[in-house]
Amino acid sequence: MTAAEMTGIGVSPGVASAPAARLAPPPALPADTGPEADTGAALASATAALAAVAADLEARAERADGPAAEVLYAQAMIPEDPALADRIAQGLAEGRSAPHALAGAFDSFKASLEAAGGYLAERAADLDDLRDRAVAALLGLPMPGLPDPGHPYVLVARDLAPADTAALDPSTVVAVVTEQGGPTSHTAILAKSMGLPAVVACPDAAALADGVPVLVDGRTGLVAVDPGPERVRRALEGEARRTEALAGSRGPGRTADGHAVQLLVNLGSPADLDAAAAADSEGVGLFRTEFLFLDRETAPTVEEQTAAYAQVFAAFQGRKVVVRTLDAGADKPLAFADHGDEPNPALGVRGIRLARTAAGAALLDDQLAAIGAAATAGDADVWVMAPMVATQAEARAFAARCRDHGLDTAGTMIEVPAAALRAARILDDCDFASLGTNDLGQYALAADRMNGALADLLDPWQPALLDLVSLAAEAGRESGKPVGVCGEAASDPLLACVLVGLGVTSLSMAPSAIPAVRAELASRTLDECAVLAAEALHADDAAEARRRAAC
Amino acid sequence: MSERTVVIGSKVGLHLRPARLFVKAAKEQPVPVTIGRPGEEPVDAASMLLVVSIGAKYGDEVVLRAEGEGAEAALDALATVLATDQDAE
Repeated sequence: MTAAEMTGIGVSPGVASAPAARLAPPPALPADTGPEADTGAALASATAALAAVAADLEARAERADGPAAEVLYAQAMIPEDPALADRIAQGLAEGRSAPHALAGAFDSFKASLEAAGGYLAERAADLDDLRDRAVAALLGLPMPGLPDPGHPYVLVARDLAPADTAALDPSTVVAVVTEQGGPTSHTAILAKSMGLPAVVACPDAAALADGVPVLVDGRTGLVAVDPGPERVRRALEGEARRTEALAGSRGPGRTADGHAVQLLVNLGSPADLDAAAAADSEGVGLFRTEFLFLDRETAPTVEEQTAAYAQVFAAFQGRKVVVRTLDAGADKPLAFADHGDEPNPALGVRGIRLARTAAGAALLDDQLAAIGAAATAGDADVWVMAPMVATQAEARAFAARCRDHGLDTAGTMIEVPAAALRAARILDDCDFASLGTNDLGQYALAADRMNGALADLLDPWQPALLDLVSLAAEAGRESGKPVGVCGEAASDPLLACVLVGLGVTSLSMAPSAIPAVRAELASRTLDECAVLAAEALHADDAAEARRRAAC
Repeated sequence: MSERTVVIGSKVGLHLRPARLFVKAAKEQPVPVTIGRPGEEPVDAASMLLVVSIGAKYGDEVVLRAEGEGAEAALDALATVLATDQDAE
């Protein structure tokens, strides 16, 4: 038979193959036999079951470390939560059986977390897991948990709770595939911290039966069913080559045919400065300056800012540093600026829009004066760009303001679709542009970045997002001005090649992502990158774009 | 009844580690303490589930209340926990 393929979102890179094994199913709730004859005793047995679950979680937390332990400790507090006991007592008083009162108490909290949306809604699945464990303990059933087929396996589940992922033994579990979850789910975070290849949001995985061989590529999100030994061998060899290329990768970014692509780092706080400066990069592609402004009652003085910028420019002596001016707004409010009451902060007065008021404009002038002073004193190639530019007028006004402060390389972020659509005009007045693909995706797909339920729309492979990147890059090519990418997309090695194929001239990312991107770029010519880009643009959706580029 | 209005200092908001440290500290106080958004129904500060369900984010204001002997000291201690960026270390 030919191998079937399914696609999800690759969230932790690596390739592995083994038979699938599914997570043990949760216990079935027996029929409600309530009311309990002795509600006091019923409450005591429910409480004992909860204590057993809490003790189990604490024991697991002690064995785990890093983010996994933190998540487990937080979870261990829930079974012994006084509010949970209150709701169980209430359920018993209303005439429900102990298992139903117990399950019902968890479900009522789950509903309120789901209603809260965003991060809390993603955490709601954790309560299902705790409920199942508590019900199993109360009914004297084995705790639902990881399979133990006696050989290495690919763990397949609807979704993984922290308790499951923390107990994973990387010598037995070779990869993880879940039907649900997103790039910010526990599965993703923990698999990454353990170095396990993982694919999430792969609904087709529901059809995977125990024992069926699968090949998982946590970089591309591809899951091949019954791949056959030849394909597995090729995939593992490709991965080995990639790892080897990584180890030997250094120097400026280049395609296989020598086309230069600047590889830069993102920098957000002085604490990261040493690591950022030590990375093998051509400079900083995104220096976020919010750290100077948040967490304080009054605006920083020009002198204070100058000192902070000078420190960064000194660390990047002889290299490029792209400073992004203050990107504060209603979701990152400033104590000393009046943001007003905004029902829709992502669409409100943020970024360059702060300069609409005299007070905001003064803040910006102070910042540019400080950057200018530090740039003059130092020996870095200082570029400055404004966030949230939507119109040509905004870009022009910002560039003029920069030049007033002696800053000759002025640009704009392109993160508002309007700016991407009119990139040619915006570049008329600026020296460069930098695509913030995270916000550009959020605005183009009208999907809140904080909402995990919309993870598929926020996928940086969305063809609509790539269309906008393509427009901006084309405008850059025609004007001969650099157009870079400083969003999440730049750190995905395959997507980085697509971006270069679209005409992007620099890629800025976390320092740790650079070697993999450099190695991937070095393995393809510019023409091959252009072919990849065309494949991705012709896809119907993000999953297909990723698949077409991966083949 | 004593009360304190506090601005959440943790960048990630009041969940995971910051929430755990707060609830743990609340349980250690000699008096029951409640927490809530200004003008909203307060909840038991010793309940992780209820504290998390407030959904308080970085920069949000919350009100702590307690009554009885040791209430002032308890509120001071808990206000410090909330105002600190517990996720920064």
